[in-house]
Amino acid sequence: MSEKTHIDVSDFENWTYDMIPKGAVCTDVGNSVQYITGGWRSNMPIWKKKNCKDCLLCWVHCPDASILVVDGKMTGIDYDHCKGCGICARECKYEALTMVAESSDEALAVKKGA
Amino acid sequence: MAKITVLAATGNLMVAEALRQAEPDVVSAYPITPQTTIVEAYSKYVADGRVHTEYINVESEHSSMSAAIGASAAGARVATATSSQGLALMWEELHIAAGMRLPIVMANANRALSAPINIHGDHSDVMGARDTGWIIFIAETAQEAYDNTIISFRIAEHADVQLPVMTTLDGFITTHAMERCELLDDATVKAFVGQRTPINPLINGDKPVNHGMFASLGGAYFKVKHAERDANDASLPYIKEIGDEWAAVCERPFDFIDAYECEDADFIVVVLGSATGNVRTVARELRAAGIKVGVLRIRLYRPFPYAQVREALKNAKAIAIMDRADSFGSQYGPLGLDVRTALYDLPARIPTRNYIYGLGGADVKLAAIRQVFDELQELAAGSLDEGLNYLGTR
Repeated sequence: MSEKTHIDVSDFENWTYDMIPKGAVCTDVGNSVQYITGGWRSNMPIWKKKNCKDCLLCWVHCPDASILVVDGKMTGIDYDHCKGCGICARECKYEALTMVAESSDEALAVKKGA
Repeated sequence: MAKITVLAATGNLMVAEALRQAEPDVVSAYPITPQTTIVEAYSKYVADGRVHTEYINVESEHSSMSAAIGASAAGARVATATSSQGLALMWEELHIAAGMRLPIVMANANRALSAPINIHGDHSDVMGARDTGWIIFIAETAQEAYDNTIISFRIAEHADVQLPVMTTLDGFITTHAMERCELLDDATVKAFVGQRTPINPLINGDKPVNHGMFASLGGAYFKVKHAERDANDASLPYIKEIGDEWAAVCERPFDFIDAYECEDADFIVVVLGSATGNVRTVARELRAAGIKVGVLRIRLYRPFPYAQVREALKNAKAIAIMDRADSFGSQYGPLGLDVRTALYDLPARIPTRNYIYGLGGADVKLAAIRQVFDELQELAAGSLDEGLNYLGTR
């Protein structure tokens, strides 16, 4: 086999060791979107759109890229990748973001709706 | 045709000249005795405008190797130099450089490790780096340190190797003593080393890549290390090919080992680095007296040339393995372990004695070498046991 030049990590377990680019270099950047990390959460941010002023302080502070924004307006939260750190809720000045337990009824309702 | 300048030079000057001729894009530097005059000479080349190198003064060797790793990942040709405690401080980065498969050339002035504090030559530092995944040369002379450094760039940067290379020389004995040396002209060396062609450089807007990836569960780490093991083993033919190519240019022989009168020798001493001259001198005396002795010096320490060592030693009646470092808690010193591993695959069992000598720059005098050869004859006759011995301590 030879080294991979295009990375499709969905098949990674079947790669033989000589297929990994030398030094484990990732030669096809941007594929971390395929790595679903939402399952790490124990607390979940809930967005209350009516309170939101689109100041985007949450977007600025999010250490991931989980605040979804289109044309300067917040559109939601990327729950596939949000790890529930709570920084967005801490920074929000308008009570538009609050943290709830992942197992709470409120969280389940949001996930069901999504 | 190469133009040759003959000069009186120290090993460190010859390494600095080799670096100047290879002209790395980046040199990260932190001074430490007895390596300092390498980076000091190089800083002058930079200040005088003789090289285009980005010269980074760092706050420690930990930073020095970190800077080298970053620059190599970016796609630059990179060199640095260190010794002893400095090499020890680089320990985690040595593994990272090799694991990330980054070409870096580093000179090391082989020196004792504290404690007690000692600035003189032995192999305690480089032996501590032998499992890091670096290719390691140990030079006997200033001339060889020059040759090893030049070929190190080609080996490290070879598309199928992509490993860091350590080009080492013995502290003070080789780094600071003056020898007659031959310096080839810049154009010849530059034509030989060429330019680095990075494979997946970090600085490339057209093809962005990530270096320093996380590889945890799922066996990814295990697979990458498997590839690193293969890369080390598979580097031997490339090292030979590049070494031979340089040998044709400089008209000095190249091989992983330097076997002196070993073909018909009954008693062989295996040794590394600068002590070889004394061993060869005694071997010459004994040959003149009709005793069949030989000297096997190992020039390439990692990957260890097991097959060549085994072949050179297979007809001996007794073998002494001289270690200028100890591996505390193991049965033998580092070279003793490697040579005995090489011998294990021979059908006949050859008795060996392992001598730890010259730690902290302690002199290894001709009388001590004569004692080693005498004891080999007793070992072969069965009147002396195998084992590890500290040579010359009271």
